[in-house]
Amino acid sequence: MPLNPVACPDCDLLQNIPHLPPQAKARCRRCGKVLAINRPRANERTLALAIGAAIVFTLANGFPLMGLSVAGREVDTTIMGGAWMMWQEGQQMTAALVAICAVIAPAIYISFTIVVLITSRWYRPAPVWVGELLLWAELAHEWAMAEVMMLGILVALVKIADLATVIVGVGMFATGALIVLITMIAVNFDPEKIWAQVQWVGSVTSEPVGGLRTGGDREAEK
Amino acid sequence: MIAGETSAMRAGLALCRHCRLLSRIDTTGSVNYCPRCGHELAYRRHDAIQRTWALIIAAAICYLPANLLPVMKSTTLVGASEDTIIGGVILLYLTGSWHLALIVLIASVMIPLAKLMSLAYLLITVQRRSTKSNQERVRLYRLVEFIGRWSMLDVFVIAFVVALVQIKPLMAAQPRAGILFFAAVVILTIFAAQTFDPRLIWDFAGNMEKRNE
Repeated sequence: MPLNPVACPDCDLLQNIPHLPPQAKARCRRCGKVLAINRPRANERTLALAIGAAIVFTLANGFPLMGLSVAGREVDTTIMGGAWMMWQEGQQMTAALVAICAVIAPAIYISFTIVVLITSRWYRPAPVWVGELLLWAELAHEWAMAEVMMLGILVALVKIADLATVIVGVGMFATGALIVLITMIAVNFDPEKIWAQVQWVGSVTSEPVGGLRTGGDREAEK
Repeated sequence: MIAGETSAMRAGLALCRHCRLLSRIDTTGSVNYCPRCGHELAYRRHDAIQRTWALIIAAAICYLPANLLPVMKSTTLVGASEDTIIGGVILLYLTGSWHLALIVLIASVMIPLAKLMSLAYLLITVQRRSTKSNQERVRLYRLVEFIGRWSMLDVFVIAFVVALVQIKPLMAAQPRAGILFFAAVVILTIFAAQTFDPRLIWDFAGNMEKRNE
């Protein structure tokens, strides 16, 4: 069994990841950080989830989240509408932040994840830009806040409920489904398997020590 | 290389912070690049302590106007009122949903403050080269990273109230300057958590700190 040396990202302890049986986790022996999980067919499942998330994302953004009716008049808003009205009212910075966390970051996360998963299935080794897209997807994931937005919408609804009758729209249910799917993508996605297939940039100044992941997960995939 | 006994830095190795490849640092050159993803490679994040301090001081400065200035102005036929974040919490409490009031209070007021204090505590203990309670400190760091996003809650609340309550002249809601500072606190604390390097906590530990077994 080839040894697979890693350093813990949280405490820098050098250690070897042993061969992991399916569904097993390896934790850092010093700080307890999860260093590796062997999930057979993890990225096949992630691709299915990500395509589902893309469909649900379109619904969540294409249909009104909620509306309200007062004295015979009705208004409704989409997710982007939340940012747009903020922009029009003179809070462009805050509007941009809302748009990034509610729409742009989830869109990048889902679409880049799909592109990364499909190209790394087609091309072995995958081109260098796949690694770059993967890093962008990870960055977008940190700023994608669908679940925080959902709670924000609920609080907003309670605040408004005294003033007017609130109508819950299709977008709201789609957003609920989106939260579940994004969480499942995050749980299933194994970026290490992608990195193992990405072509290295080449202009090497540092000598690699790890990264030759020929551990158990590859065999489990066959 | 005796794995499990020493840190990667002591062995002359560095983990790429982008693609997590472990590489040997070449000490003859000035800058090292990760052979796999091509990004800069270093033992620790550059100037993590100074940058994190700068970000949390900036966030602490923004925290005051974020809480003192009104975040929203609501206009109805009866009149207009401007609410601060605390004012919004009190209003939610008075209108009967104390659970939501508590959630907003925790997310908007307590989480940003707790983040600032936790990061300051981590920075001070790292600067004092503390070797105590490393386990607890790294757990605190992970908690800060995990809960940080929830302080965005009030920004979304204001955004959607403003987007919906636009039935002029019956009623209208407008954002106010406080929300800009509040958003700044959220962004700055998230950046601060990303800039801090938790590996600094362990750098002064002995060769292998015993895990409580």
